[in-house]
Amino acid sequence: MRGVRVPLHLLAAAGVAVVALPVLALLAAAARGSGDLWPHLIRHVLPGAAVETLLLLAGVGAVVVGVGTGTAWLVACHRFPGRRVLSAALVLPLALPAYVSAYAWLDVLHPAGPVQSGLRALLAPLEMGPLPMPEIRSLPGCVTVMGSVLYPYVYLPARAAFLAQGAELVQAGRGLGAGGFRLFRSIALPLAWPAVAAGASLALLEALNDVGAAEFLGVRTLTVSVYVTWITRSSLAGAAQVALAILVLVAGLLALESWARARLRGRGAGREGAVPVLRTLSPLAGWLAALSCLIPVLLGFLIPAAYLAWAAWGRVAAFGPPRELGAWIGNSATLSAAATLLTLPAALALAMAARGEALPDRRPVLGRALLRAGRLGYALPGGLVAVGLVVAFGALDGLTEDWARPLPALSGTASALVAAYFVRFLAIPAGGLDAGYAGIRPQLDWSARAMGAGPGRILARVHLPLLAPSLLAAALLVFLDTMKELPATLLLRPFDRETLATALYAEAARGTYEEGAVAALALVAAGLPVIALLVLGGRPPGGQPGLSARG
Amino acid sequence: MSCFRRAVFLAASLLLLLGGPLGGAGAAEVNVYTTREAGLLRPLTDLFTERTGIQVRTVFVQGGLAERLESEGRRSPADVAIVVDVGNLMELVDRGLTQPVESAALEAAIPAGLRDAQGRWFALSTRARAIYASRERVPEGEAQGLTYEALAEPRWRGKVCVRSGQHPYNTALFSILMIQHGEAWLRDYLTRLKANLARRAAGGDREVARDILAGVCDVGLANTYYAGLMLSGRGGEEQKRWGEAVRVVMPAGGTAVNISAGAVARNAPNRAEAVRLLEFMASPEAQTLYANGNFENPVRPGTPTNPIVESFGALTPREVSMAEVAARRAAVSRIVDEVGFDR
Repeated sequence: MRGVRVPLHLLAAAGVAVVALPVLALLAAAARGSGDLWPHLIRHVLPGAAVETLLLLAGVGAVVVGVGTGTAWLVACHRFPGRRVLSAALVLPLALPAYVSAYAWLDVLHPAGPVQSGLRALLAPLEMGPLPMPEIRSLPGCVTVMGSVLYPYVYLPARAAFLAQGAELVQAGRGLGAGGFRLFRSIALPLAWPAVAAGASLALLEALNDVGAAEFLGVRTLTVSVYVTWITRSSLAGAAQVALAILVLVAGLLALESWARARLRGRGAGREGAVPVLRTLSPLAGWLAALSCLIPVLLGFLIPAAYLAWAAWGRVAAFGPPRELGAWIGNSATLSAAATLLTLPAALALAMAARGEALPDRRPVLGRALLRAGRLGYALPGGLVAVGLVVAFGALDGLTEDWARPLPALSGTASALVAAYFVRFLAIPAGGLDAGYAGIRPQLDWSARAMGAGPGRILARVHLPLLAPSLLAAALLVFLDTMKELPATLLLRPFDRETLATALYAEAARGTYEEGAVAALALVAAGLPVIALLVLGGRPPGGQPGLSARG
Repeated sequence: MSCFRRAVFLAASLLLLLGGPLGGAGAAEVNVYTTREAGLLRPLTDLFTERTGIQVRTVFVQGGLAERLESEGRRSPADVAIVVDVGNLMELVDRGLTQPVESAALEAAIPAGLRDAQGRWFALSTRARAIYASRERVPEGEAQGLTYEALAEPRWRGKVCVRSGQHPYNTALFSILMIQHGEAWLRDYLTRLKANLARRAAGGDREVARDILAGVCDVGLANTYYAGLMLSGRGGEEQKRWGEAVRVVMPAGGTAVNISAGAVARNAPNRAEAVRLLEFMASPEAQTLYANGNFENPVRPGTPTNPIVESFGALTPREVSMAEVAARRAAVSRIVDEVGFDR
């Protein structure tokens, strides 16, 4: 691929440059100094926030890995009642932003809400006094809410990996007398582990970056303290310093993860067209399996979504649908589509640069470094990416004002917002396509080249068809994540350009919840077709798994 | 590598398309950056457009409004900033992001304490931070005698609900208490108030009413307009029940008052229209709409308050200067951390 190395690296570097913009702006802000803030932060804020963050991440990590791999193993390799429906339904929580789920669950479980009121009414004749109920405004509550919407990040790649493992290994394991759990633990899970780890790291970064749900449920994470430092302590410098410190930690963890994945390379390789053998469960075990898969769907989607639907119905019945609903949906969809279309080519360039020349003895050092840098934006809180871009775009506009007058100002236009989405979410397709490339053997390139195919032809005729499932899955995930994104959208959107997420936030911030419920429900509903594609894309006729974040 | 060229071309054209100037030239317009939610301002801006023919474009920004204004610098399209909370307001003023305005109409409409002597900001409504007390569990006589200070007394142990101590509504209230009683007193007060909390300091003000209804707590701190919104039925029957569960108490010894305010942006391209918009916002008609839209208190003397808000009792603000309240915000925020109020 010698002929394309230069433009390829240029395009990859351009993508990284966009990611670098807000990071550099934040570095500049951090360098301005934050006075005597740090001794205060270290004494009174950061230790507690670090502990809460670690506990939250440990909890969410345990939930998403346990639920994600467990349910994936059940639906991929077993036959039980409702398996096909549950296999698709388990993806549904992806449509629900964590902050929306948090709002809904607090309403549902509140002592004045439907569940507790109903229970009290039922038990009133028994005169038992107040019922002890779990408090959702707590760390365990937050872990449950986040875990129940984030587990699909593990479920999807784990299911794909289990499906790709095929019959032979599992049969061999069974032949050796391993059954059920042992098969899962000793054969299936180790093989799927790279995919699980990749998915879990995405979920954990989402949890780390969340501010809406955590703040609402009273969990003071590091990211919450970044926002408080910026807004209440009026120190963007201090906030940038804390965020960059977190970023260094995350970069270290990501490097560790990619090192671990590199060591595991090959172990996760599945076989194209492998056909999984379904084990039929006994009736009792089958119903238990169905129940185990139903609970995450209930917690992560059905109950909060049903509550939203009920609340939205109340609002619409009383006041009619919000006038601007159509405009909100249109804006959300346009912005998400723009972000997706811009992110994919850059991610493809990054993944290609990181793959290098498909020669076993040459590690593409520059390409790998670019890929790693390109993924960093995912580890920055969305609000800070937005501030970084505000500062960077402002500086650019100052330059064009002085040197290139006819150029329009970029600040306050949709391009600033789309750039923020690009920075935040480039990691998703970049990681997905990198993993997708890992499944394409270099021998294919060699044969194609031997037959005289140029690099463009190899890309178009060999790589892209093989990458199609990864591309589709990555595109859909970016689209969904962009639709749900809140903090950057709030800060950067242009005049009179409300999206579903911002409309919902505006109502929730003011306490007119029913009005927000309509937007929230529309946000969820708009995500459903995307998820349907994601589910269908998971098993095209060729038998290639969807989000192939393995390898 | 035509594929790359195509990708680059696509990316570039998309960027241009999205980055193109959005505003149409021609008709007079005024651009508003606001931390107020757009639905609240729309009736006012619509009326303004109807009266003057000036188009109003708004963007609701929360967190980062100052950064956005500052970074856009000379090229900023912003004409007017409308913000809530005096701390956020003073941040704009202190960073030089507003400009002085001389307007006889504004000076006549807004009392001197509620606008900047140099015309860099004008309060458009006042927002009272009140005490919510359970109608069921706190006798009326006792409720009416409540003060902010009393909420820290041992008799309310485990019975107080409040949102995060770092929220601007609370830091502004605590700043007022600090001005009146001193720093050491505030530290002690927050420690004792924290000990009285029935749950973590989290959520929003309306959660206070709902938690009181549910028996989680008996008293709490919340702004009056939330009760107004709930009682109006605009949020549905459910919220009406929350509102009916609480008695809104204007504390003895004066109520802590915060403001929403407007200012002309430093680089306002449409300065004249910006001043006209602010003058309109202070007019009797707009004041009625503005205050009723969110159940706040109008700043223009003689403007009737919404009847629901009126029923909470007369508003006697604690006499402190708005600038002083804003100046103490950082110190208060530190004390909130030091006593571990939110943990």
